This record gives sequence, C-alpha cells and structure tokens, in this order.
Amino acid sequence: MRSYYTWVILKRELSSYFATPIAYVFIVIFLFLSGIFTFYLGNFFARSQADLSPFFNFHPWLYLFLIPALAMRLWAEERKSGTIELLLTLPVTVAEAVVGKFLAAWVFTGIALALTFPIWLTVNYLGKPDNSVILAGYLGSWLMAGGFLAIGSCISALTKNQVIAFVITVVVCLAFILSGFPLVLDFFSGWAPQWLVETISSFSFLTHFNAIGKGIIDIRDLIYFLTLMAFWLFATAILIEMKKAD
Amino acid sequence: METKVEIRNLCKHFGSLVAVDDISFQVNRGEVLGFLGPNGAGKSTTMKMITGFLTPTAGTVTLDGYDIIQQPLAVKQRLGYLPEGAPAYPDMTPAAFLEFVAQIRGLQGADKQRRIGEVVTRVNLSSVLQQPIDTLSKGFKRRVGLAQAILHDPEVLVLDEPTDGLDPNQKHEVRALIKAMAKEKVIILSTHILEEVHAVCTRAIVIANGKIVADGTPAELEAKSHYHNAVTLTVSATAHQATEIRPALLKLSGVAKLELLQEDATHLSYLILPKSDRLIVAEVSQCARENHWKVEELHVEKGRLDEVFRTLTTH
Repeated sequence: MRSYYTWVILKRELSSYFATPIAYVFIVIFLFLSGIFTFYLGNFFARSQADLSPFFNFHPWLYLFLIPALAMRLWAEERKSGTIELLLTLPVTVAEAVVGKFLAAWVFTGIALALTFPIWLTVNYLGKPDNSVILAGYLGSWLMAGGFLAIGSCISALTKNQVIAFVITVVVCLAFILSGFPLVLDFFSGWAPQWLVETISSFSFLTHFNAIGKGIIDIRDLIYFLTLMAFWLFATAILIEMKKAD
Repeated sequence: METKVEIRNLCKHFGSLVAVDDISFQVNRGEVLGFLGPNGAGKSTTMKMITGFLTPTAGTVTLDGYDIIQQPLAVKQRLGYLPEGAPAYPDMTPAAFLEFVAQIRGLQGADKQRRIGEVVTRVNLSSVLQQPIDTLSKGFKRRVGLAQAILHDPEVLVLDEPTDGLDPNQKHEVRALIKAMAKEKVIILSTHILEEVHAVCTRAIVIANGKIVADGTPAELEAKSHYHNAVTLTVSATAHQATEIRPALLKLSGVAKLELLQEDATHLSYLILPKSDRLIVAEVSQCARENHWKVEELHVEKGRLDEVFRTLTTH
C-alpha cells in the first residue's frame, strides 16, 4: 500500500464530507446529544466528581446510531453513483481505496470528538480532574469509533442501498457492544463450548472501551481495536474485489 | 511493438449467463476502434475487462505488453477510461474533481496545473469549473468525464458511449476531440449510433451475444449491405412511362431487383439493386442515355450500416 495514494483519497473523501451538509449535521447532532447525555442523563453536575465518565459512558450508544449513518455511504454511495468504476480504474489498489476512505471517516469522527472540548474545559473549570484519564477516554472513544466504522465500511461494501447498510451495521455493532452482556452470552452458553463463550465475551466493545476509559492503556485493548479494524477493512477489500461490479 | 492493446480469448460469465464469449482482437496506435452492438451484447462488459474493473472469467488483456491481471497498476497508468454514464463525484466541482484525478495520476506542481488548464480548454469546461458536478447538464457532465479520462495524456483511451445523450453540437465537439487525439493514441469507443462509426472510427467491431460477428473498416462493413453499389435513379417522366422504364431497367444484365421509391405524375424514382458485387451505375446511365430519359438524379449507394447491423445482430 502506497501512502501517497491513500492520502489523496483521504483528502478527497474528507473534503466531500464538508462539501455536503453531512459533516455539519453529524457534528451538530453529535455535540447536541453528547451534551444531553452528559448533563441530563449522566447527572454530570449532581455527581460532583471531576471526571468525564458520564460523557464517555454514553459514547457506545451514541455511536451505535451515528457511526452507521456515517459509514453507510462509504461504499454504497460509490456503487450507486457508479463512481466505484471510476475510482477502481484509476491507478490505485483496492486496499488503498478502502483504507483511504476509512481513514477519512475516522479522521472526521476525530474532528467531531475534538469539538467536544468545551466539556473538557468545563470539567477543568469546575474541578481538578485527572487529565490523563480524560485523554485516555478520548483515545478509547476514538478507537471504538474506528471499530464501528470498519464494521460499517464492510457492510456498506455489500450493498448499494444505504438504508440496508445502515440497519445491518447497527445490528452488527449492537452485537459487538452487547457481546459482553449476559443476554448474548446466555444464548451461547447453553450449547457452545466454554472457550467460544469466553471468546465472544472478549469481543465486546464495552469491555475494552471501559478498560481504556479508566485511564489504563493496556496494550491488549489497543491491539483489540486495531486488529478489529484491520480485520473488517481486510474483509471490505475482499468484498470490493469480489463484487465490485455488482 | 506497434500492437498496443491485445485481447485474447476473453470470456466473462455471470453465473450461467455468458456475457462475453471468447473475444480476441488487437488494436494499434492510430486506430479508432468502434465497438458496435445492441444493448446487452457485451460491449460494456468487454470495456470493463479491458480497463481492469471486471476480472475476466478467462482470457487475457495486455496493454503495451503489460497484463491487466498481473500488472494492473502499470496498465491503469497508461489508460484513460470514461465509464458508461460518465460517473463523477456529484458534490465536487469540476475543478476539485480534476485536481483529485490529477493527484491520483501522479501529476504535480506546474505540470499538473498546465495539464488541467489544457484539458479544461480542450473540452470547454471553464465556464462551470466552480459549480458542483451535481448541478451540471448532461453535456457538461460528459465533458467532465472526458476531461478526467484524457488528463494524463494516456496512450490508450477507452470511452464507453462518449456521445450518448449529447445534443448534435456537443456530439460534433466530442467527435472532433476524438479525431484530434486519434493519431498518437489507441482509442476504443463503444456506441450504438451508427453515424458515429463513419464520423470517427477507422475500424469497427460488431458484437452480438458476446461474440464478434464482424471486424473491419466502416467501408468494409458497408460492403456487406444489400444496398452496396445500388443505384438510385430519378427521372422526370409521367407515371405511364413507368411501364417502359421498369422493364428496361430490369433487363440490364447486372440488375437483380428494382425497389420503387416514388412514382407520381412528374417523377419516377427507383432504387436499383445489383446482382452480387456488380457495379451497375455505368449500365444504368447508358440505358438512360439510349432511351433519352431526363435523368434528375443518379447516385451510387455505399451501403447501409444500419441494415448490416441488423442482419448481423439479429437471427
């Protein structure tokens, strides 16, 4: 994979977010909802603790709906408008296109996340939080967004219908959030071997996200998210290669 | 080393459907190859395989010696492609879009600006450079697609229906552009407009049901027509003279058949079909002179491509 080509595709994608209302709608809704979640549902003030856990705790649920909305267009739109034919007959590899488009979306969520900085300012104004924990929280949140996006990218590659891509991505992401929950584990524990149940449980976004959010950046949690992204992007590339003309 | 594009035993199956069935041909520099065929004949599928978008089920495509499967990037660098319908990112402006394609094509700095400038002038895009592609008319969208395809001055140009949906003036412009580039490039274009073959192509391949059914210059294709070398004759005469004129024409040794074009009070007009490959114009004109007909029109038909096309592609 050649970074120059990935970079050119990333730039094009990212500028295309801002050329349409997508970027602004996404950012406004994201900031609005994270505000509501943090201050009303999360009882930010009433807790009177100088940390951002009410803010980060809602991120998996916020991402569950917002990220698939961002990811659904990644490939479905290229297919629908026929630009996939243009893009893939330019001298770039499928891998460069897949990674470039994914990175653009990931950088974009990074921008949206960075724009929540007033919350960080607020908590620093009101008290003396441990900023390294907050930074770890941001990192964990961004990594989790990347995981959601990689899943969404793969599912978007399957269809030219964005609504279908959205719905399926939400369901798959929900499974990844819930896979640590008894609801899901009970379904498997009846018949599946113990190692499988444990594997499923270890796939949960929440387990790894919460671990990073505590401020302990364990290499295993980082590896979890990075391999998750790599796996889904690899699957995206294979799917695109297999059915680019469908 | 003159052969630029070589297609050998190319096949494409979609499930049980055979879209392209063992197609082979070569195209050299300076040739403008027109790909003709009814809708669904396999034109676009073949072009998609040449440009590396579709993977062939069997067979090879090589460009300048590079194989599309083994060295796709080397092929894609040398190739400009206008996909069917000229897709482009709708939310971008032509300026931004061409900038993107130029960067992907590896053009940089002053060279890049110069190429973009040249291409914009060449396809007349300067008036809409800053408008989103979404809002452009069909003609302008097509030009954006063309601009993108020729931006890096490729050796091989593959154009899928480059004039589809354009008005006559725009068609003329696009054809002039293709002709101007023809000398130093290999150009493969698909069309179902037969006049286009005359206007730009030096060679035409007709495909039907995924197979090549004819390959030759437009003139060679026309020669397959029943109307090849047929003579149209119009004489100024009254209707009752027709009873003398018709038998006189049919008596000529080279004449196979007479088709009535018009018979009214003042004019008689016939299309005279020759027996296979005979040139009958001399006979006909001599006959007219001997009988002192007042000839108003006498011309030789080259053949009718649409008729050839229909015979070749329907069974």
